[in-house]
Amino acid sequence: MAKEKYKSRTEILQGTLDLLILQTLEWGPRHGYALSKAIRTNSGEILRVDTGSLYPALHRLEHAGWIAAEWKPSEAGPRLRVYRLTAKGKRQLRREVSRWERITAAVAGVLRPAKQEVEP
Amino acid sequence: MNWRWLRPKRRNEELREEVDAHLWLAEREEREAGRGGEDARHAARLEFGNVAMAEETTRDHWGMRWLDDFRQDLRGGVRMLRRSPGFTLLAVLCLTLGMGTNAAVFSAMEGVLFRPYPMVAHQERLMALSGTARGESGPTGVSWPDFEDLRKSSTLLDGMFVSKITGTTLSLGNRAETLPGSIVSANYFDAIGVRPMLGRGFVPGEDVGSNAHPVVVISYELWQRLFKGDPEIVGKTQRLTGVIHTIVGVAPEGFRGTFVGWAMQFWVPASMEETFEAGGYKLQDRDARWVESFVKLKPGVTAPQAQDEVSAIATRLAATYPETNRGRGMKLWPLWQTPFNHAGTLLPTLELMLAVALFVLVIACANVGNLLLARSFVRRHEMSVRAALGAGRARLLRQMLTEGLILAGLASGGALLVAYLSEHALVLFFPVSAGVAMYLPGALDWRVFFACAVVSVFTTLLLGLFPAMQASKIDVAAALKTEMAGVVGGGHGKAWARSALVVVQVSLSFLLLVGAGLVVKSLQRLRAIDPGFSTRNVYVTPIALNGTGYDAVRAKTFDDELLRRVRALPGVESAALARLAPLEVKSYSSSQIAVDGYVSPPDEQETVEYNEIGPEYFSTIGIPLAAGREFAATDDENGALVAIVNETLAQKYWKGRDPVGTRMQVKGRWMTVVGVAKDSKYESVREPARAFFYVPLRQSFAVSTTLHVRSEGSAQTLSAEVAREVKSLDADLAAYELVSMEEVVRRATASQQAAVKMLALLGGLALLLAAIGLYAVMAYTVSQSARELGLRMALGAGQYDLLRLVMARGVTLTVMGVAVGAAVAIGLTRLMGNLLYQVSPRDPSAFVAAFVAMMITAVAACFLPAWRATQADPMRTLRSGD
Repeated sequence: MAKEKYKSRTEILQGTLDLLILQTLEWGPRHGYALSKAIRTNSGEILRVDTGSLYPALHRLEHAGWIAAEWKPSEAGPRLRVYRLTAKGKRQLRREVSRWERITAAVAGVLRPAKQEVEP
Repeated sequence: MNWRWLRPKRRNEELREEVDAHLWLAEREEREAGRGGEDARHAARLEFGNVAMAEETTRDHWGMRWLDDFRQDLRGGVRMLRRSPGFTLLAVLCLTLGMGTNAAVFSAMEGVLFRPYPMVAHQERLMALSGTARGESGPTGVSWPDFEDLRKSSTLLDGMFVSKITGTTLSLGNRAETLPGSIVSANYFDAIGVRPMLGRGFVPGEDVGSNAHPVVVISYELWQRLFKGDPEIVGKTQRLTGVIHTIVGVAPEGFRGTFVGWAMQFWVPASMEETFEAGGYKLQDRDARWVESFVKLKPGVTAPQAQDEVSAIATRLAATYPETNRGRGMKLWPLWQTPFNHAGTLLPTLELMLAVALFVLVIACANVGNLLLARSFVRRHEMSVRAALGAGRARLLRQMLTEGLILAGLASGGALLVAYLSEHALVLFFPVSAGVAMYLPGALDWRVFFACAVVSVFTTLLLGLFPAMQASKIDVAAALKTEMAGVVGGGHGKAWARSALVVVQVSLSFLLLVGAGLVVKSLQRLRAIDPGFSTRNVYVTPIALNGTGYDAVRAKTFDDELLRRVRALPGVESAALARLAPLEVKSYSSSQIAVDGYVSPPDEQETVEYNEIGPEYFSTIGIPLAAGREFAATDDENGALVAIVNETLAQKYWKGRDPVGTRMQVKGRWMTVVGVAKDSKYESVREPARAFFYVPLRQSFAVSTTLHVRSEGSAQTLSAEVAREVKSLDADLAAYELVSMEEVVRRATASQQAAVKMLALLGGLALLLAAIGLYAVMAYTVSQSARELGLRMALGAGQYDLLRLVMARGVTLTVMGVAVGAAVAIGLTRLMGNLLYQVSPRDPSAFVAAFVAMMITAVAACFLPAWRATQADPMRTLRSGD
């Protein structure tokens, strides 16, 4: 049951989450925890990345070759797995961004006439 | 980078480490924000969400996930099975029986179908050749001249060879053994691509001339048994059927000739046909159809093309030689339908065996499915926990299927062992007549392995199905709540599934029992057939004088003296000579006949078979005469030609007139009919009434005959006495096997006996499996309803009531199974076709017998659980139920 819920969530978020990860990594390599914090902070605490989705997404992107991972020691703690964007990932990011812009423009286009109908 | 994906263990550790690092960072942050140790960790966990699920779904994205899972499932499965060795053993045993039966039957069937003759090259291109005749339904032999003409004219066939079964008797150790052998064309060994391991095969021309080339190739077994593996054997001589033969070769080990049913022990060229076959020199007789042969299609030639050519040649022969070949044709047969060996009769039996073996397998699967289902209740808790921890449903199903696969895999190992051990077991089903080396092909090869693999996949699916249905219904929350305490909860649905499985088992077992009953009854009917001659107190033994230097004059003297001495033996009532005894492998003489006042339809040439018999034959063998008289000593070469016809022949040609005193023409000679004998069985116990006649031995003399003796004495005494008389008359003659006519009839019903043994064995097996299944379900039901039973007892139900309650449930299931089984049986048993003899496929007595056997088994299987139910202490069961 729990699994089903998770599934529907990824279906909605999948494309978006990939975009968020790739974009955040463009600003510099980060480990998983820092990545989720950065997304949360940059979105003004609105987007909270579910860790149950984050790690699967990271591994999926890594498998696709868009990001690369490396173990780095942390000060006074366990070693951390740090992800960075690859050249292939940069190209993918540009595609994802333009796709996102198309979608938001399309959604906005759908929303605006609706508003006009309501306003007069 | 990619190497990492290939090392699942390392990857798992890394994921775990990564998640731990995440939790550590989160916890540190929470602590910095001012929370205490435990709270911080808790908050971090909360933040993270379901750790196990995150891990599980992350793993899902790994490419080699399935391999990883499979290994894990495999390890888990093995662990599970080792934890309950009793269950594992029972399950594997049930499956081994089911799959082993299939593998064994399949290997036998495959042997008959695809490669009946070990070591023979290009069997896929071999076809059997027989003759056909208008007005005759069955195939006939082919004459040697026709065969030679076909060999010369054919363009689509090569490697045509003759292989006609014959036999001889040899003294091996202290007893005479009848050995099967083949009369072959000279090209035999070249055509089949078998090289003798010592010496040579036959050379061109050795199949020409009357008794011109007394040479023999012996089998490896004969070489070992008779000649102790003498390396200098080639060139030595051996007397076969009275004729000294030079041993020119020894066939390689494992070569068994080209006959489905028996392992050939020697091969002689066709020129020696006269020695081994009755009826004189036949190599130039276009009317003597004795040849059994095989042809090899040239590469790329199809069977229909070859048949067209053969038919065209046969038509041409019929036009060229109308007096012998009018209405005659030739027919090609696939090897598995070869009309002149046991392939054709064996196959339907094997098909039935395969069907039965599949039933046994389904029953075994149902049984193991039942066991798995029972266990799946116990394992529901484990499954629920795993589901709660994030294991996908598909993953759980896969785990179940893997366990099924392990069971099926173990069992298929066992099954192959069973098949290997029973490689020659098929032969055990057939009563081996004394001294005849029986061989039925059945070896393991890739087809058997493939079939075994298919069967085990089928089994796995079947096995995984039930627990899988179970697992897919898991409701995590409910299961965890109710099953924490380890109580085995049985919903209605599962009880129904298990009951259904029992019903399936019972119905299939019932079906097999009905089949067994029908075959047993057929055998009784076959045994009850009146062969037309008496079987009690009548004994036969061959007297083979041909080739021993006996000419007709000496043979007649010998015959007279032998009969005089045998008739004088104590206990002997009468004795007679005839060329052939009934139901023998050798063929009767045959002739076209003409009868005064009978005009045969155009284009029909009926050939009728006949036997050459001496005086006292009918009284000795016990065939009554309907009219006229027996042959007398005066019906000899000096007397007028006479014949005795049987009732069917009399009916057909005389149509109610009295044949006695009228004339019939046999082989161009007119003879007077002096008697009419009652019909009897001539070649097969099952044959319908057929036309047949007898001529006096002295008027169509054959040196080799069969002695018939009617005696009150025991077979052993008589055998010794007759052997002594033969030896005292001629010390060079071999001692022959003396058999009772009862034994002759028994050997003639071999395939029915085989079917009885096979169905009885498998039916018993099915019954046992069904009993196990029934017992398991009833035992489980009782343990399930312990509380209910205790309650009933507390409310005053007596032991007898409880016993009845439980028994009633078992009996209900059985009756349901029987009802289903009976319905199926009514539809299916008619497929048993030629195994049944004068028994309706719906014979009520077989159904009743199967019902009784099934009910007794069911009651026995239910009794122990029912009795245990009555022993329950009501107070304890009620209390423990809380």
